[in-house]
This record gives sequence, structure tokens and C-alpha cells, in this order.
Amino acid sequence: MKSVLTIYRKELADYFSSKKFLILLGLVYLTGLTSIYVSIQNIRAAAQSSTDAFVFLKLYTTAGDVLPSFLYFLSFFIPIIGIVFGFDAINTERNSKNLSRLLSQPIYRDSIINGKFLAGITTMSIIIGSIIMIIAGIGLRIIGVPPSSEEILRILIFIFICICYGTFWMALSMLFSVIMDKTATSILTAIAIWIFFFFFVQIIANAIANAMAPITDNATLATQIKNFNIDLGIKRISPAYLFTESITILLIPSGSQLFLRAVTTADISKMLLNPLSLGQSLIQVWPQTVAIIALAIICFAISYIVFIKQEIRST
Amino acid sequence: MDNYIISTKNLTKKYGSKTVVDNLNLSIPNGEIYGLLGPNGAGKSTVILMLLGLTEPSSGNISVLGYKPTKDPLRIKSFTGYLPERVGFYEDMTAAQNLEYTALLNSIPEKEIPSKIDECLSIVGLQKEKNIVVKQFSKGMKQRLGIADVLIKNPQLVIFDEPTEGLDLEVANQILETIFNLNKDKKITFIISSHQLNLVQKICHKVGIMSKGKLIGEGNMAELSKNMFGGNKYLIEVEIIGDVNNVIEKIKSLKGIKTVTSTENAIHIGTDEDLRQDVSKIVTNMDGIILTKMDIKDFSLEDVYLNYFKEV
Repeated sequence: MKSVLTIYRKELADYFSSKKFLILLGLVYLTGLTSIYVSIQNIRAAAQSSTDAFVFLKLYTTAGDVLPSFLYFLSFFIPIIGIVFGFDAINTERNSKNLSRLLSQPIYRDSIINGKFLAGITTMSIIIGSIIMIIAGIGLRIIGVPPSSEEILRILIFIFICICYGTFWMALSMLFSVIMDKTATSILTAIAIWIFFFFFVQIIANAIANAMAPITDNATLATQIKNFNIDLGIKRISPAYLFTESITILLIPSGSQLFLRAVTTADISKMLLNPLSLGQSLIQVWPQTVAIIALAIICFAISYIVFIKQEIRST
Repeated sequence: MDNYIISTKNLTKKYGSKTVVDNLNLSIPNGEIYGLLGPNGAGKSTVILMLLGLTEPSSGNISVLGYKPTKDPLRIKSFTGYLPERVGFYEDMTAAQNLEYTALLNSIPEKEIPSKIDECLSIVGLQKEKNIVVKQFSKGMKQRLGIADVLIKNPQLVIFDEPTEGLDLEVANQILETIFNLNKDKKITFIISSHQLNLVQKICHKVGIMSKGKLIGEGNMAELSKNMFGGNKYLIEVEIIGDVNNVIEKIKSLKGIKTVTSTENAIHIGTDEDLRQDVSKIVTNMDGIILTKMDIKDFSLEDVYLNYFKEV
């Protein structure tokens, strides 16, 4: 455990003094501050049109005419942060010939990967947590409405889900850093997978759903529901979609549950669209969150096993 | 087995159907500098990895400092320093910071670390460069820093993989001198895996020659040359014009001559001393004999090595 802490401290110091940390921090802060500017401009209109009382949460969810909301920015940046902190974790050590030297020290091999992984999660948590808190602070000062205890809890759970999502991307890129020798290959592979999940899965899902259950002018209700379910089922393969779904349910308690299943206009007219309670929201986001955590664990477990079994030579 | 810091018995490592180390029996006494020689692919690095517990043997036994690398790798690594062929350091960290990190990984108490770093850097002559970032170091300096890095843990055994590879002769000699002094002063056992035979010969007490995963020869220089060249240190080759047999009789009477053989007008003299002056006196004082050429050959590790491979 002591060796894990030693490696953790060294990696943390490396991350904080690295250019990539400063660049990411600057980028995230810049977009975060831009989005809060947008949300403050539009929050009055958003609050008036909404039925729920969660005004403070609108700081994160309100979009402008041109610029998207903070949630969108975050769903875009979190994978990048995760990938940046994982893609060169092991192969840089191997290429710089440090790994042989490290492994000849009296430490278990897993201390290296565990220490790096924990340091990556900590750094990522600091970036994500700090920007969310900064937005809360600025919002509190400007809109003058303090968050309710439920809103605070929702924000904390939101931070937790963001960290889990970032951890998945970091674990995935760390896996590539274990199995690929070149850092360029590992980052490109991770980015390719991110692009696939972020952009292409939605297009593919839509195309498959329309092929299997085409929605024409004469399409029956059953066909429309089938189309929706196929589309949703395929989209849920993507961790990016699971993340978006979970944070939307959490931060937009009114009506966001409608995303989860097929409903007709007639159904909506019969519904009392009260905001979901925190407990109900958690029940709704639980499967998505567990899926993201499971994916992160699976990626890390594979990296761990492959790294433990790898033969490390200095040549 | 207890008198040896390292001993292996029928050590075998296979990758699939390929046998990389084949029934290796190695015994290295405490306090020696042992040279592990062999061409690329002979299995030297695999042996080192198995000694450190970084890869598991397919079969056979290993004992390092009395422990089994498969069961107690941490105990072995806490007393064993390893300097890989291409040593790497964190380039943006100073020499002292790199050593501090190694010291922390070795659980050296934090208050002892600064003095330990100073001590190790002064042994390798890098004390002035203590606070310089490693990316400004030359290859030779990095190699010296590598030696300091392995000394941090007060090792009983140090394994060097090609320690002088790619270094100019002066720096290589400095490193070998440091190894020699450490062995003499601190009684550290060294295993040096190398193919730079002339350099290894200078400091190794004993060498083991590996080929295709097998130990094909082992011993000190005298033992190895005895096996190869009948135990003589020098071979004096004399070419004359005249009756060879008369000259041979005279030469045999010289003190220190071990073997004398001849071919046509050449005489081959095996000896442990440089007797060229005595031989030339005999030949030039004989009537009807003209000395046309005299040469002496000092058997080097390279001769031994090449002869072993000729036999294999």
C-alpha cells in the first residue's frame, strides 16, 4: 500500500505540473464560464417556462440560442479529460525505459497501475468538481437564489456520475496504453472510439431503427414504438448516451423521464408532469450509472490483468 | 547451495515451443564479479528476469540470497539492484529527485534519504550534478546515475545488463572501475551481462558463457583458457630459418616453458610468462639459425569465447 501511495503522490505531482493538465483546466474553465454566461442570460426565461422549482440546476442545463448548455460541454469534455490522463500511463514508462527500473524495486507490479489510476481519477475529479463548484458559486452570486438541499444533493450525485464517466474513458485509454507500444496509437484509438460513441452510434441507431421499423405517414403506433425502442436500445450501447441520459434525468427532474420509454402525445396529456423526487431520479439513473461504473471496472480489470502478465524488458 | 548468492538448478524457460533457457545450472559465490556472456538471444536477459522474479521459469529451481524469486520477489528486490541495458529516468526530474523516488519506493526512512543520495552520487562522481534535470545528462552520466540508483537500497547483489554498451572507452573504464571498487570495498556481488568481452575481462572474477539458453563454459580466465588452450597464458610463435629440432631442444630447457610444438619452420611455445627475451637469446646464439619472426599472443576472453563458439 505504501508503494501505491508513493507512486500516487509522484503521479499527482506530475499531473499538476504537466502542460496537459494546465491546458485542459484552462479549456474546461473557459467553456464552463462561457456556458454560465449563456445560462445566466437565459435563466429567467427558462425558469418562467418551467414547472419545477429547481432554478439553481438550470445554471447547468440552460442553453442559449447559439451556444449549448454546460451539460453538453461537459459530456464533450469529460471523455477528452479521461483519455488525456490515461493514454500514455504505461507505454510512456515503457518507452522511456523507466518501467524496468521501477519493476526492479521492491514493489508489486500492480502498485504502478493502481497508483497511476488513482492519481488520474483524483486529477480528473479536481478538474470536474472545481468547474461545477465554480459555476455554482458564480451562479449563487449572480442569480441570488441559494440551492435547496435537494439541489445540492443532485449536484453532488451529478459530480459523482461525471467522475465515473471520466473514469471509464481513462480506464479505456489506459488499457490502450498497456497493450499498445506507441502513445500516438493509443490516443488515436481512444479518440476513434469516443467519436464512434459520441457521434456515430446515434446515426447508426437511427438508421437501423428506420430500416427495421420505418416511420412513414401511415406508420402505426406499434411501429412508432418499435422504432423508438430499437433506436433507444442501440443508443444505450454507447456510454456517452448513458451518461447524457443519466445527467439529464438528474438535473432536469421535470419531464426528462419521458426520454426513457416510448410515450404518445395522448399519454403526456394524461400525465401530471411533476418533477421527480430525488429518490425517483436515482431509481431512473441507477441502471445507467451502474453500467458506466461496470464499463470502467471492466476496462481497468483488463488493463490490470494484461499489465500483470506482460513481460517487461529494457530492450 | 548456501555459500552461493545465486544458484539455479535445471532452470528452464520456454515461450511456447521455443526453449530460451535450457536446464541452466548456475552457482555464483558471494562477493564475486560474475560475467554472463553470450551473443544476442543466448538467454542472458531472460535469466536476469527470472532471477528478479519478473518472469516465471517454466521449470527448475532458483535461489537468490536464499529466497525463491517466484515466492519472495519483493525480498529479493529489496537486496538486489538491477540496472537494465537502457536505463531510463524521469527526464524532467533532477538526479536527486529521481534517486529520492527510488529511495521512497525502497521504503528508506525519509530523514535518511538526503544523506543517502549524497553518498551514492559521490560514489559515481555526480554530486555536482545533483540538482540538474536528467534530460541534460549524457549517456555516460545516465549510466553512472543508474549505478547510484541501484546503490540507494544498499544492495548485496547488483545485476548489470550491458553496463558499458554505447559508451566511449574512457567512460566505460570509469564505470568498470566503480564496479570493481564497489565489489572490493562494499563486498557487493555483481553479475554483468555483456558482450564487450575485453571490458568484462578486466574486472570479472569468473565468467559464464551462454549459447542457445545453455551454459557452455564457466570459470575464471585461467580455467577457461586451460580448457581451450591447455592452460597456458601466452603463446609465443617463433619463425626461423634452420633446423627446428635443435632449437626446440634448447627452448625446452628454459625455465617456465610448458609446451613446445612445431610446424615446418615455426615453433609454438606455451608459457605463463613473457619469455620472448630468453627465447630470442637462445635462437640468435645458435649457429646456422636465423630468427625471422617472433610474436606473442596473450589469450583474451575473446579467444576463449570465440573458441567455445567454434566448438559449439
